[in-house]
Amino acid sequence: MTTSDIAQGDKNARPLSLSGHVGFDSLPHQLVNKSTCQGFCFNILCIGETGIGKSTLMDTLFNTNFENFESSHFEPKVKLRAQTYDLQESNVRLKLTIVNTVGFGDQMNKQESYQHVVDYIDTQFESYLQEELKIKRSLHNYHDSRIHACLYFIAPSGHSLKSLDLVTMKKLDSKVNIIPVIAKADTISKSELHKFKIKIMSELVSNGVQIYQFPTDDETVSKINTAMNGILPFAVVGSSEEVKIGNKMVKARQYPWGVVQVENENHCDFVKLREMLICVNMEDLREQTHTRHYELYRRCKLEEMGFTDTNPESKPVSLQETYEAKRHEFLGDLQRREEEMRQMFVQRVKEKETELKEAERELQGKFEQLKRLHSEEKSKLDEKRRSLEDEINTFSKKKAAAELLQGQSFNTNANLKKDKDRKKSPEMEAKDVNLTCDEATNQNHNCCFRNL
Amino acid sequence: MAACGAEMHINPEMEVLWSEVKPSHSNMSAPPHPQPPTKGASHGAGDFSYVGIDAILEQMRRKAMKQGFELNIMIVGQSGLGKSTLMNTLFKSKVSRKSVVSTPEERIPKTIEIKSISHDIEEKGVRMKLTVIDTPGFGDHINNENCWQPIMKFINDQYEQYLQEEININRKKRIPDSRVHCCMYFIPPTGHCLRPLDVEFMSRLSKVVNIVPVIAKADTLTLEERDFFKQTIREGLRANGIDVYPQEEFDEDSDDRMINDKIREMIPFAVVGSDQEYQVNGKRLLGRKTKWGTIEVENIAHCEFAYLRDLLIRTHMQNIKDITSSIHYEVYRVRRLNETNAQPNGQPPNTLVNPQQANGVAAQHQVLTHEM
Repeated sequence: MTTSDIAQGDKNARPLSLSGHVGFDSLPHQLVNKSTCQGFCFNILCIGETGIGKSTLMDTLFNTNFENFESSHFEPKVKLRAQTYDLQESNVRLKLTIVNTVGFGDQMNKQESYQHVVDYIDTQFESYLQEELKIKRSLHNYHDSRIHACLYFIAPSGHSLKSLDLVTMKKLDSKVNIIPVIAKADTISKSELHKFKIKIMSELVSNGVQIYQFPTDDETVSKINTAMNGILPFAVVGSSEEVKIGNKMVKARQYPWGVVQVENENHCDFVKLREMLICVNMEDLREQTHTRHYELYRRCKLEEMGFTDTNPESKPVSLQETYEAKRHEFLGDLQRREEEMRQMFVQRVKEKETELKEAERELQGKFEQLKRLHSEEKSKLDEKRRSLEDEINTFSKKKAAAELLQGQSFNTNANLKKDKDRKKSPEMEAKDVNLTCDEATNQNHNCCFRNL
Repeated sequence: MAACGAEMHINPEMEVLWSEVKPSHSNMSAPPHPQPPTKGASHGAGDFSYVGIDAILEQMRRKAMKQGFELNIMIVGQSGLGKSTLMNTLFKSKVSRKSVVSTPEERIPKTIEIKSISHDIEEKGVRMKLTVIDTPGFGDHINNENCWQPIMKFINDQYEQYLQEEININRKKRIPDSRVHCCMYFIPPTGHCLRPLDVEFMSRLSKVVNIVPVIAKADTLTLEERDFFKQTIREGLRANGIDVYPQEEFDEDSDDRMINDKIREMIPFAVVGSDQEYQVNGKRLLGRKTKWGTIEVENIAHCEFAYLRDLLIRTHMQNIKDITSSIHYEVYRVRRLNETNAQPNGQPPNTLVNPQQANGVAAQHQVLTHEM
């Protein structure tokens, strides 16, 4: 029932005091309820050399065994491996995606190492942008894959940052919230650690790398966040094995000279990291990703495509108009290309046609030639046939003539024989007739054969 | 920081007349990865299995409290139905236009005007910017045809304003939300049925905004008359295909549906408004004093104001805002973006912009196939 002093300072809204309990103080509760139903999404990117303890730290951080396998040192290029898990604690469901770099820092030539990481981050932003620009979109169902936090694992050399680290962090600081951590911190003594941290921070500042600062504007958490900002980078030790200390099983690493307890704040900063990353600032990390890094990406991308908010006369131009103009341009371009393709097609067709005509003509020629040959042969054969026919005709004529002759001669012989044989026996006559017939026939035959 | 665990704060003073929506499982599909065992909510000292994921609820709540909330309610109805009084009763302060801008005499404007007044109110650390949008002149003229048009235009203008801001390149961190979340429509207590004006208005506007119909000045109806009237109204709404809030198609799961079905059986709420307190049984209560008795506004035996207040403010406010932003606004956006992009053959493309255009010919080819 108190009068409100407006931190927002809306000029056209007047402060008002309520004279009774209205009940909209349950609004945050309703909001949280809705988010709990939907579930939360958190994506962590772990960058570090192979074997520096990224997977182990993730296992320790989220108190589960994520079933990672060791990667080899012989990867030709840096790859990114993303795995999504569903975690649940009390009634909060978290969709956690852990992206690990594989082969980072293993190559002989490390110039391209950071590029794959940058590309991956950009791809996630791009897919969100695509979804946001769609006409029919479903943003609240969308599985947000943008990287919310990037844990950069620094090797515990004790001296300073490697140049690869500096270059990579510089490229990533405007795209993602970077939280540097010193890995395998149980190899550094306390005093060395202190010096190492100071060196790292001063190098980051002098190179202009902007790492993620825990927010200090909210009174409830500003004190702890400011304190933590001074302890960056966190020196962490990860372990999934448990060792018995006193009468409890704690996560620790057992050495001959002692036991390093992961959750002991004197031994390493693991508890602080977990608190900062998950308990206190998870929502802020997500918000920064969306409102700062994603907006920057979106602005750059849209400007690169030629969209502006104001046209050359500094009058506000809506995205619609710019889009219309681009669209006309694009359509014009398309039409032109279509014309080109059509012309090319026509030309090809013509070429093909001429080829085919050529072939046709050739074939025609051949055909004619063959036809000629054929007709020549035919005429030759015809001639031969005619001559043959002629010969057959002459032969048959001759045969007929010969037969006629034979018939006549037979008759005369027969008459002569008759007269003779009236005196002789008829048998003899027959014989003689036969003989003479035979002779005549023979003669005739001989004549015929001679003529053939 | 001490224990990081978050607890759901339920205000003990809040009397909720139906159960809260329990967090039920949404349609998130679980990836085929081994699920770690569910952890208990215990976070005593030395409990090393606690990670602290549920602390995000507390973080969210903190962020929401810091940002504050916005609510825009529009009230529509003939003059004299007690709209302003009801607003004042709902928010227990003088939020209506009449209380703020004192008019020398009541006059009905020649055309329907849209007047909005904003207030910053705070309760238990929760800050809200409440905007009440009044529509004097609605239904008061002789010829009331197309009286819904200025209202429809206003609502669409708010959507348009939000859309323009959203598609800007340099856009604000938090886009100011002036979209109408809820439209309360006042039905005069005739006791008979819906009038043509009511049907016309509600059927047109239920497509673009959440409509909550209320029976105004319900103290003129006896309980039987009230029930009969409500039934006729519900039948009229059903017959004309009018979907009032809570809309059936937006029920998320069976829990939701159960609660919303109970509400749907009670709409429209028969309300009585009053901003004057009277002494009843030793307590000071808001009510209307007449010769035959005092009508207590917050007594559910007398009128259904308490149900309306609970629905609108205590349990479903976030839901109303969500439906406005994720459904009504999206419908408007789709329509608006399609009307400038429709292809000559009438087929609208699915993507507004393919950012790969910058990449050259191959991408253009892809867009070409997209758009065909």
